Amino acid sequence: MKESKRAVSSILVDDDDDDDDDDDDDVEKVSWSGEPVGTFSEASTRVYAPELRKPKSECKDYFSDWSPEETVKRMRKGKVYSLERFRSLQDKLLLLDEAVSAHDGNVITAVLIYLKKSLSKEIFFQELMVREIALRHYVHYLKEMEEQKTLVELMKLPFSQDDAIHVQDHYTLLERQIIIEATDKKGEAEIFKKFPRKASILNMPIITTLYYSCFYHYGESEGTFSSPANIRSTFRISEKQYILTALGARAKLKSWFDVDSLFNTKNWLGYTKKRSPIGFHRVVDILQKNNAPVQVLKDYVSLIDDAELKLSLAQKYKCHDIVIEMYRDLKDRQQLIVYQGKVERGSHEDRKIDQLLGNMQIRWKN
Amino acid sequence: MAQTDRRDAPGLPDFSLLKRLARDQLIYLLEQLPGKKDLFIDADLMSPLDRIANVTTLKQHEVDKLYKVELKPVVSVSDQLCFLIRPRIQTVKWIADVVKSDKAVGRFRRYKIIFTPQKFYACETVLEEQGVYGDVTSDEWEFYLLPLDDDIISLELPEFFRDNFLEGDQRWVTTAGSALRLLHFLFGPFSKVYGIGRCAKMVYESWREQVEDGEKKAQNPDIGNVFLIDRDVDFVTPLCSQVVYEGLVDDIFRIKCGSVEFGPDVTSTDKSLKVMLNSQDKVHVGETQRKKEIWWEKQRKKKRCGMDIKQMKAFVAEELKGLKQEHRLLSLHIGACESIMKKKTKQDFQELLKTEHSLLEGFEIRECITYIEEHINRQLDYPFYNSSFYMLLYTFSTLGLLPKDYRSLKAQYLQSYGIEHLLSFANLRQIGLLVEQQPGETLTVMESKVGKLVNDKTAGKLTDAFSSLAKKSNFRALSKRLMLIPKTGEEYDLRVPRDMAYIFSGAYIPLSCKLIEQVLERDGWTGFEEVTRMLNGHEFAVTGPDGTETRNKTDPQRIILVMFLGGCTFSEISALRFLGRERGCKFIVLTTAITNSSRLLESLLDNQG
Repeated sequence: MKESKRAVSSILVDDDDDDDDDDDDDVEKVSWSGEPVGTFSEASTRVYAPELRKPKSECKDYFSDWSPEETVKRMRKGKVYSLERFRSLQDKLLLLDEAVSAHDGNVITAVLIYLKKSLSKEIFFQELMVREIALRHYVHYLKEMEEQKTLVELMKLPFSQDDAIHVQDHYTLLERQIIIEATDKKGEAEIFKKFPRKASILNMPIITTLYYSCFYHYGESEGTFSSPANIRSTFRISEKQYILTALGARAKLKSWFDVDSLFNTKNWLGYTKKRSPIGFHRVVDILQKNNAPVQVLKDYVSLIDDAELKLSLAQKYKCHDIVIEMYRDLKDRQQLIVYQGKVERGSHEDRKIDQLLGNMQIRWKN
Repeated sequence: MAQTDRRDAPGLPDFSLLKRLARDQLIYLLEQLPGKKDLFIDADLMSPLDRIANVTTLKQHEVDKLYKVELKPVVSVSDQLCFLIRPRIQTVKWIADVVKSDKAVGRFRRYKIIFTPQKFYACETVLEEQGVYGDVTSDEWEFYLLPLDDDIISLELPEFFRDNFLEGDQRWVTTAGSALRLLHFLFGPFSKVYGIGRCAKMVYESWREQVEDGEKKAQNPDIGNVFLIDRDVDFVTPLCSQVVYEGLVDDIFRIKCGSVEFGPDVTSTDKSLKVMLNSQDKVHVGETQRKKEIWWEKQRKKKRCGMDIKQMKAFVAEELKGLKQEHRLLSLHIGACESIMKKKTKQDFQELLKTEHSLLEGFEIRECITYIEEHINRQLDYPFYNSSFYMLLYTFSTLGLLPKDYRSLKAQYLQSYGIEHLLSFANLRQIGLLVEQQPGETLTVMESKVGKLVNDKTAGKLTDAFSSLAKKSNFRALSKRLMLIPKTGEEYDLRVPRDMAYIFSGAYIPLSCKLIEQVLERDGWTGFEEVTRMLNGHEFAVTGPDGTETRNKTDPQRIILVMFLGGCTFSEISALRFLGRERGCKFIVLTTAITNSSRLLESLLDNQG
């Protein structure tokens, strides 16, 4: 008996040898003499070794021979494999765990596809929950297959309370945009004729919507959905965000008066003074990018706190008066002389410098 | 572009062999479908394919028309359709649709799918589910490695980063292992393999297994040592603004497979021109290269940049009078530089770099937050002003954003750029790029909370999940320990760079390259435990499978293959070239793709609402 069993096993191939042409045949048949099937030697075995004709279940069949480990190995090498034999839950999980420990995403996903087909959703999900790596592969697979529904069931998306507010804002915004779009599309007001819209406002982010509103609906009362004031309060926009956006829009339209008003506040005595939540050098930067003339720029350059920055920007944008005044304050005669070379001869600035240089009361430092 | 070498530097192996092998295999596969056929090529494969087999070659092998894969009905009238694609489910679904619509109108054709570099089981399943499995033949084109320069090889798999580090999908691990195996077979055997990172370890194991199963290699190595490193070991470096020339060109013009397309504004003609940006481009050696590299240093020092352009133009006119070709190329590069300068206005770029450097050093953090806020509010665009960069750098400088700052910046970001970025934030947190400080909530507290909810035996597995989620950045500590920020006392002369910080104008030594330098010096990780702990472990140093470990300075020992899993930047390549020159060795950079800050972040942003 043992003799024939040994003979049987030696007939059946040990597939761990390299053999990549398996794709067409299910099994490879090599007799112990090394000759392929269908030769005389195999025929003779059949005739002369009846003990070889055993019932199927007792033969070591190819597929059932492959443990999870061997199956995964074969899959990694692209060899023929079969997952159908893994029918018990225990076997399936062994297979999955083996695939995961092999660190091959291609194989892990293949096994997951099989498990998905052969297990109920509840059981499959339950087992996935405690296997992080397998779970992540499955999620990625679902994303690629665009199975959004299953994805949603599987995952409770990590949205916090905060995020819920953002989502709510998004819907509110969309509602408003629809209303604004409906009226503005007709483009009746003067401004739409002068500056025709390049695109619809739908689905634009909040700040873009605010910019649009500051551009086309500036000054409207807070009661209307399209007014900047309304958008500002509905979406809890900070002062900084508001000023930056309004500044951009009004500067684009060259409404220097509006720009000016943005920075006016009344102090407790009732006097108007200029205040900005962003540095004035930023304001200058934005104005300059919108081609503001020097007369406008100089008003804001003069408000810059940092002296060095103020001086360099004044020079850059040719705000001569400011430069001159600063050199005067610094009592820097040399620099003033140098700067005189940069201004136009006979101009108002030229004369002003002459005047200062001639002023005996100033105690120059150089 | 490799610079002039030391005379005693080892010679590099010839990687053009890789192109020939790939070409031959592709031709063989095309010939498996004899007769005229139309070829559909994945968009991502068009540039790499161009470097391997151009249109003429393809036509010589009976390829009639070439199409780019676009997910819409095909107009081809050919009887044989061949598809050269990456193994993506979406693409395979489209192919299945093509086959099915042909079937529906009774049209018979032959279809062949060539998956590269390999096929995935999930793709086959799609074919099976769509009922077209029997109608198509499929093959694998084992095109793993594309040489981009003498010392740069790319797998051209930009998706590696997102798939592996964000989605947690290990599909490309075996691919990376196979790429290594190929190099090992052709240019090995490797004597020593070092590495750090979870993925690096998996790739090493995959490679090792493949080598042990395969043919034994003769002892004739060209490459001695290998270093594997995960992208997420160092996120800071790719986020920094690049100031080396190729980095700049990549950031602005996008270098694809080693060449860049310069538009009319650069070429000063009305045509665009494609230029190879590698060592074949002989202009980039020595002086000229250095001049470009010190450019930004001058920017920083507020000197007028005009001088450099004039110097260069004079150089071109004088020194290269007789060399027409070089002249043309150099003019092109100067044109590119001028274009770069226009886009990066001096003041803005200076401020940008200043903020970045502050973040790296940990100074004036609150000012940086203000800077970030203003950029978000002004909705300034990619690639120079993307506020995300600074948020992320900020995260690394400290131990994460304060909850109130995080909430506020996130709200402003969503208001400026749209609600669709909600998922982007989730992704950035998932991958550990954005970390919110959790006061009072340590890892152990979370573990025990969760532990109460599930069985004991599963708590262990969840620990892994939580430790990756709560991964805190130790950049501050690492930076101090490894001295990544050079002392600002003395003048840093970029003309005579003294360390790798020169690639960032002297401000910062890239962490990844510093690690490589240190580990090679110590021949391993011993004595470096403090550092590896801060990097979350997964470090290794092993002898190659053939068991040889030679400590002598033979030529192959002085050639080190560095494999970046998840991408590497031109800045890191420059730094390694510098390191090589300093140490008398040569680094070969093997990367899953060339990346930069924009591409890195774009791959993580989910704009699907």
